[in-house]
Amino acid sequence: MKDIYQAAMFDLFKKDDRVIMLDSDLIKSLGVTDLVESFPARVIDCGIQEANMIGIAAGLSSIGKIPFTHTFAVFASRRVFDQVFLAGAYSKQNIRMFGTDPGICAEYNGGTHMAFEDIGIMRTVPGMTIIEPTDVTMLRNIILQLVDVYGMYYIRMARKKYTKVYEEGSEFEIGKANLLTEGSDLTIIASGIMVSEALAAEKILREKGIRARVLDMFTIKPMDADAVIRAARETGAIVTAENHNVINGLGSAVADILSQNAPVPLEKIGVNDTFGEVGPLDYLKKRFGLTSADIVEKAEKVLRIKQERSADN
Amino acid sequence: MKEMTIHELKKFALQIRIETVKELSSLGFGHIGGSMSTIEALAVLYGAALNVQPNNPRWVERDFLVCSKGHSGPSLYAALALKGFFPIEWLETLNRPGTRLPSHCDMNKTPGIDMSTGSLGQGISTGIGIALGNKLDGRSSTTYIILGDGECQEGQIWEGALFAAHHKLDNLIVLIDNNKVQLDGRTCDVNNLEDFEEKFRSFGWYTQRVDGHDVESIYHGINMAKNEKGRPAIIVMDTIKGFGCTFTDGKFCHHMVIGKQDAQETIDALNNQMMALDNNTEGRGDGVEYHSL
Repeated sequence: MKDIYQAAMFDLFKKDDRVIMLDSDLIKSLGVTDLVESFPARVIDCGIQEANMIGIAAGLSSIGKIPFTHTFAVFASRRVFDQVFLAGAYSKQNIRMFGTDPGICAEYNGGTHMAFEDIGIMRTVPGMTIIEPTDVTMLRNIILQLVDVYGMYYIRMARKKYTKVYEEGSEFEIGKANLLTEGSDLTIIASGIMVSEALAAEKILREKGIRARVLDMFTIKPMDADAVIRAARETGAIVTAENHNVINGLGSAVADILSQNAPVPLEKIGVNDTFGEVGPLDYLKKRFGLTSADIVEKAEKVLRIKQERSADN
Repeated sequence: MKEMTIHELKKFALQIRIETVKELSSLGFGHIGGSMSTIEALAVLYGAALNVQPNNPRWVERDFLVCSKGHSGPSLYAALALKGFFPIEWLETLNRPGTRLPSHCDMNKTPGIDMSTGSLGQGISTGIGIALGNKLDGRSSTTYIILGDGECQEGQIWEGALFAAHHKLDNLIVLIDNNKVQLDGRTCDVNNLEDFEEKFRSFGWYTQRVDGHDVESIYHGINMAKNEKGRPAIIVMDTIKGFGCTFTDGKFCHHMVIGKQDAQETIDALNNQMMALDNNTEGRGDGVEYHSL
């Protein structure tokens, strides 16, 4: 993902000279050293000081620049929440904040570096848009859109491993869920690395005669409530899947919408309010219940509840 | 835009002080201590140093001020009103429901406020961002930041201190309102900060220390700071929390209830000082106009 990030940022830097990048000693991790060489004045490595970085971005924004900040998701959210909230959102600035290695993507950096709460944090900031790109095609498309919008944006992005979902040239509308498969038995709503797990689960369910709709909810805030409500009304059961705590993330956001508009059985796949630990991605998916098999299990459960409830009626 | 003389700056400081006391006593309570101690600096900034256009508060070429100690908004509002950024009547609306003058500076509510502040330690970073951006764009403007002394207990201040020196931000001038008292008592008792100059010098800044209630010293300090190339500048202003109020002496006055009688007593005393200045019974100075800052 990071190669595409650099390539997209190159195009953006050339397109709009208001764009400035800031980092906190993770330029080499992000892999944008070529960008640094080509635009040395416009890529600012603050060193290990994330709070200062966010404040500087806010100051730059206030005089008309478009700052793109980067650090790991944990530091981009937890560590700098006050700065993001006040210098950024409250002051109505225009900053794109990239948080990399979301959730289990931090792998061997372990529990201290695993952001299971960043979506939860950012959801409570008024005016914040939260995007979790699924693959490189989407990432590039979204990045290029980010000079044409105004406001605070938090983008949680895997640096390395991802699974290709979208064809070259696909278009994406911020705030609108993508329908990946059609189905009427239940809907799986997923984001980030869980989208490919959801698609794998859909295949397994199809072989069992269960037709699942899969929605890529890459904009977590503001969520595409229409898509959620339609899924509830048309399929009657929902499973959410996220690389995040089940508290306050994608699943909670979906639950908010369902309970107020179209209550249907809901099961959440996510990290069950525990801390992270070291490991390779595949081990961590199993460890935290984030595999396609886990999604299938919840799908079957939610279908049973749906059937029991309609039997009662 | 004509710069005030030293004599005029002294009067301007008195005017700001009078309006601030009226403003806070109209509400009945507020951050009086810290609002009072920045007033001479505000007089020099808005009377001489800042290149701003009151009828065009977002003028791109302007000098910027980030009042990082956002709770001293009330005196900044008085200075802005006297300078013509908004009608003086607004001062009576401080902290009233729906106001455009909230307790902590808000750039989206008040004309002339360049950055929202209130959570201490953040204004140094946002001010640095403004200075950096202006430098990148080749503008010759200056960015000023007012910090509280207690505020320098925040770690983010030192993040900014490192960065500004490393990036040679010589278009940045920081003023510390060193009134030596924070909410819980004297700063030397709560969490000692001195020696400020030694600390900032070791971080690579150009440092000065002035009497924070002497407009002439502040004026010259800013002048020296502007001439310093290759380093950001800090001016440590020794001040007294609540300076100029007859009713704050000896009290810890970070935030107080302000009675109408106390306020009137102070306003009368300040008006007397104003008359004394007018009658030249206080040193008027030689009347020479000083060079542009």
